[in-house]
Amino acid sequence: MRTVAIVGASLAGLSAARALRSQGYDGRLVILGEEAHRPYDRPPLSKEFLAGEMPESALALETDDEALDAHWMLGARAVGLDRSDRAIRLSDGGTVRADGVVVATGAAARTLPAGGGLAGVHVLRTLDDARALREDLARGGTLVVVGGGFIGAEVASTARALGLEVTVVSATPTPLAGPLGPGMSGLVSTLHADHGVRLLCGTGVRGLSGGDRVEAVLLEDGRRLAADTVVVGVGARPCVEWLEGSGVALEDGVRCDAGGGTSVPGVVAVGDCAAWYDPAVGAHRRVEHWTGALERAAAAVTTLLSGGASAPEPVRAPYFWSDQYGVRLQFAGYSAEADRVTIEEGAADDRSFLAVSWRADRPVAVLGVNRARPFMRWRRRLATEAVQRAGSF
Amino acid sequence: MIPVCRLADLPRGEAFRFENIPPIAVFHTDAGEVYAIDDTCTHQDASLSDGWLEGCEVECPLHASKFDLRTGRVDAPPAKLPVRAHQVVVEDGMIYVQLSQDAPNLPPCVAHRLAGEGAA
Ligand SMILES: Cc1cc2nc3c(=O)[nH]c(=O)nc-3n(C[C@H](O)[C@H](O)[C@H](O)COP(=O)(O)OP(=O)(O)OC[C@H]3O[C@@H](n4cnc5c(N)ncnc54)[C@H](O)[C@@H]3O)c2cc1C
Ligand code: FES
Repeated sequence: MRTVAIVGASLAGLSAARALRSQGYDGRLVILGEEAHRPYDRPPLSKEFLAGEMPESALALETDDEALDAHWMLGARAVGLDRSDRAIRLSDGGTVRADGVVVATGAAARTLPAGGGLAGVHVLRTLDDARALREDLARGGTLVVVGGGFIGAEVASTARALGLEVTVVSATPTPLAGPLGPGMSGLVSTLHADHGVRLLCGTGVRGLSGGDRVEAVLLEDGRRLAADTVVVGVGARPCVEWLEGSGVALEDGVRCDAGGGTSVPGVVAVGDCAAWYDPAVGAHRRVEHWTGALERAAAAVTTLLSGGASAPEPVRAPYFWSDQYGVRLQFAGYSAEADRVTIEEGAADDRSFLAVSWRADRPVAVLGVNRARPFMRWRRRLATEAVQRAGSF
Repeated sequence: MIPVCRLADLPRGEAFRFENIPPIAVFHTDAGEVYAIDDTCTHQDASLSDGWLEGCEVECPLHASKFDLRTGRVDAPPAKLPVRAHQVVVEDGMIYVQLSQDAPNLPPCVAHRLAGEGAA
């Protein structure tokens, strides 16, 4: 391989570049990214950075002495891929030809069908989004968060600490029900009320109203919530439109084998844009977590450099953390499989506990709230059991 | 030299967090060595004594940065800066730590908080 192109200059792309060099690839390396910024870290955008506790310079993912010997093309958007010669077409009309392609285009924030274009309505995915939201939060007043996911919860917590009046509207009966499962999400939903944030569950949003600037959020049940600022946190969609028609199989992201290989030889995918086959559950799963983008890049690069010949190391179960209202949540595993939840340590009321989800007598997921040490041990245990299960499929 | 804890109270494979500003993490490796480094990860606010100890390395419990216990060096990202390594002496069954004279590499959010407390 003489040229490898990485499309997407964020965590997965940078981690793939590092893995290429550490696995001995010494050819030409091109890194393409739509954003004008060098790779930066997104998790602080809803936490320390939004709170004004972290300077922009601290978001940088690269070290000062990083020697990747890469050609960076920033502000360059890929709009197509020609599979015959692996030529990436750019929005400015240029092309980049490569022997190997790493797709790391991540995900973009979903928006509401109605209400776009009003000032004061935000999504939060990029540094530019975070700068704009930070400015609006500094005006104070009332914030309505639409969506019961992690990013919404973190923004609510940060805005509350900044002194705003905050309401979270969640379509599901408890927030975080998607990622944590119904049993575990109930254990942490009281955090909002504990901190004076109003939580409205089980109702959708019909639309937004206002003149130039947003004035209210209209709920499906007829209620009207006055708002100075609105954050729409309704999930993310994989950025894979540019691969449509390329022959790279897509299905909620790029469909990959257990090592990141796609349906097209010489093309691998990793990070929020990719749905890897997960032997532990016997299905393809797109994982939108920071640690997956970091850890799986090395496996994707091994797949690329070996032409798919080397069997991938089994990846660890999905893991993420979230900081909200002064507590740290850590979660690993697959809550959808669970049939019961036990508290192994501490108590939910103390906001310090370790809970395990089980399917029959097997642990399938673990949630730690301010319990870093036992969480780490349980997470390892899940990984071992997952490998054993994958072997028995 | 600061007396930290008794060696007998720190089994092999375990870590101990010593409250100090900033806190210190003391590790007793499986091979029987004792090392001390700053407890706070240089990436964000996590306690390395809660981390995963393997050989002479600790993996941060939050984002899996790895630090060499002997030197404090970063062996795996996302951390960019080393933690300080402190000198350890074991005498009469007691673990003592001689703090490094270098300035600690505290993560931005922790440095921000300490600055705020200092100003208050
Ligand atoms: C506010 C926020 C808070 C978060 N907090 C947490 C947390 O606490 N814990 C956790 O585990 N995870 C968290 N995450 C998720 C985590 O940040 C992501 O999983 C991670 O960023 C994924 O990295 P990635 O490189 O795959 O994708 P991304 O970071 O999305 O990067 C993809 C890059 O590709 C670029 N791109 C897209 N399309 C194209 C194209 N056609 N051509 C060229 N470039 C393109 C994009 O501009 C972008 O820069 C958070 C995310 C956000 C937004
Ligand atoms: S806090 Fe230690 S790696 Fe992030």
